Amino acid sequence: MKSTALTHIHEQLGAKMAEFAGYNMPISYSGINDEHQTVRNAVGVFDVSHMGEFILKGEGAADLVQRVTSNDVYALSPGKAQYSCLPNNDGGIVDDLLVYHLEDGNYMLVVNASNMEKDWNWISQHNTGGVEMHNISDQTSLLAVQGPKAVEALQSLTDVNLSEIAYYTFTKHRFAGVDNVIISATGYTGAGGFELYFPKEHSEVIWNAVFEAGAAFGIKPIGLGARDTLRLEMGFCLYGNDIDDTTSPLEAGLGWITKLKAANNEFTNKAHFVQQRADGLKKKLVGFEMVDRGIPRHDYPIVDEAGNVIGKVTSGTQSPTLGKAIGMGYVDTAFAEPGSTVYIDIRQKPVQAVVVKLPFLQ
Amino acid sequence: MQFPDNLKYTKDHEWVRVEGNTGYIGITDFAQRELGDIVYVDITGDGETLAMEDTFGTVEAVKTVSDLYMPVSGTISEVNPELDGAPELINQDPYGKGWMIKVEMSDLSELDGLMDAAAYGELVAG
Repeated sequence: MKSTALTHIHEQLGAKMAEFAGYNMPISYSGINDEHQTVRNAVGVFDVSHMGEFILKGEGAADLVQRVTSNDVYALSPGKAQYSCLPNNDGGIVDDLLVYHLEDGNYMLVVNASNMEKDWNWISQHNTGGVEMHNISDQTSLLAVQGPKAVEALQSLTDVNLSEIAYYTFTKHRFAGVDNVIISATGYTGAGGFELYFPKEHSEVIWNAVFEAGAAFGIKPIGLGARDTLRLEMGFCLYGNDIDDTTSPLEAGLGWITKLKAANNEFTNKAHFVQQRADGLKKKLVGFEMVDRGIPRHDYPIVDEAGNVIGKVTSGTQSPTLGKAIGMGYVDTAFAEPGSTVYIDIRQKPVQAVVVKLPFLQ
Repeated sequence: MQFPDNLKYTKDHEWVRVEGNTGYIGITDFAQRELGDIVYVDITGDGETLAMEDTFGTVEAVKTVSDLYMPVSGTISEVNPELDGAPELINQDPYGKGWMIKVEMSDLSELDGLMDAAAYGELVAG
């Protein structure tokens, strides 16, 4: 099992640890609900250094990224980041990712740890133009500092005016005495805040500085458990749960990052998605709330009133913010409209739920 | 973690407190920590006579769901009424206010097959 540069600190803090994507990761510290509320109401810090980072550099870098990703990277100016996915040749998704345009001809791709090797091979295979590729994952730490008080909590650590970093933009600057930290106004929580990328030898210095600076704002460490409840309240997809090698980005509600109409955006398998769009979608990823008591879990069947299977749950939890059970899943298009009644088959018992608009948290 | 000496334990992380022929049953401190924040308990066997290791319900936490198993055979005579409104009692006080069911035990000799605190402590440490 791999460790991040901060694993020993999580253990010292008494975190509940578990293996995730081959890494020994903190699942929770003070409890999922408490950590969740900390991020929604104040500020919390996630060590998500298990995530993979690839650098793609050179004259053909933009063309390569454009070819392998579904979003339109030609529209991404330096200093901006973009959510995207890597379509495969079979109508599914190799991975979802963030694309950072670092500077002209220089991109950073941030991918899921569990898919790192698969992504690397996939992109390499499409790299026919000799683009320089570097996997810097093992040298790079990533902290997500998330929550409404993130700006205030971190401001004393840098000269950059953090409140001026717009959503999905970033800057490279001195932070907590470390040069060239990527300060990115992104995250997976919907609570606002930053993601900080830096060489891993600075991990302890930055971690300690962040907690010292954030102490007055109630900053706490947050584990992967709350990361999951936070992202689910926002309806954000989790690879391996809601999307995978077999799911269409269009069916997953990722049409907004599948730019079929952009000029010069000839990405992998585009013709298939154009056709799928023209034919109409047979199923859709929707959000639902439980009407009767029960918590939906990954792979539970979704049925109609007569008991016919109409879909499958991909993610579910008790929402700490809403105080009710929520989930996402694929359903036949006929049941995809908000307000539709569906039933979740919870241990052979149909429990009523209602399709709602995403995100759950408005 | 605490494992009181006056309780008997199972490998499935339930405990029993014996009072005559009555057993109070709940889940251990280790179990509640592993589950994390508990959302509710669904006792399916209220009033029923169940055999040792039968499922008597499920416990739903934010992150996961887990079945509950009878540590001993018997008839469920009461379900802790406080858990419906306050499932967090299981996290806060797993051996006290977080008890789940009261069982009229049908075979007290089954208790001899359960673990004492020391043996259970070793199980979860190992």
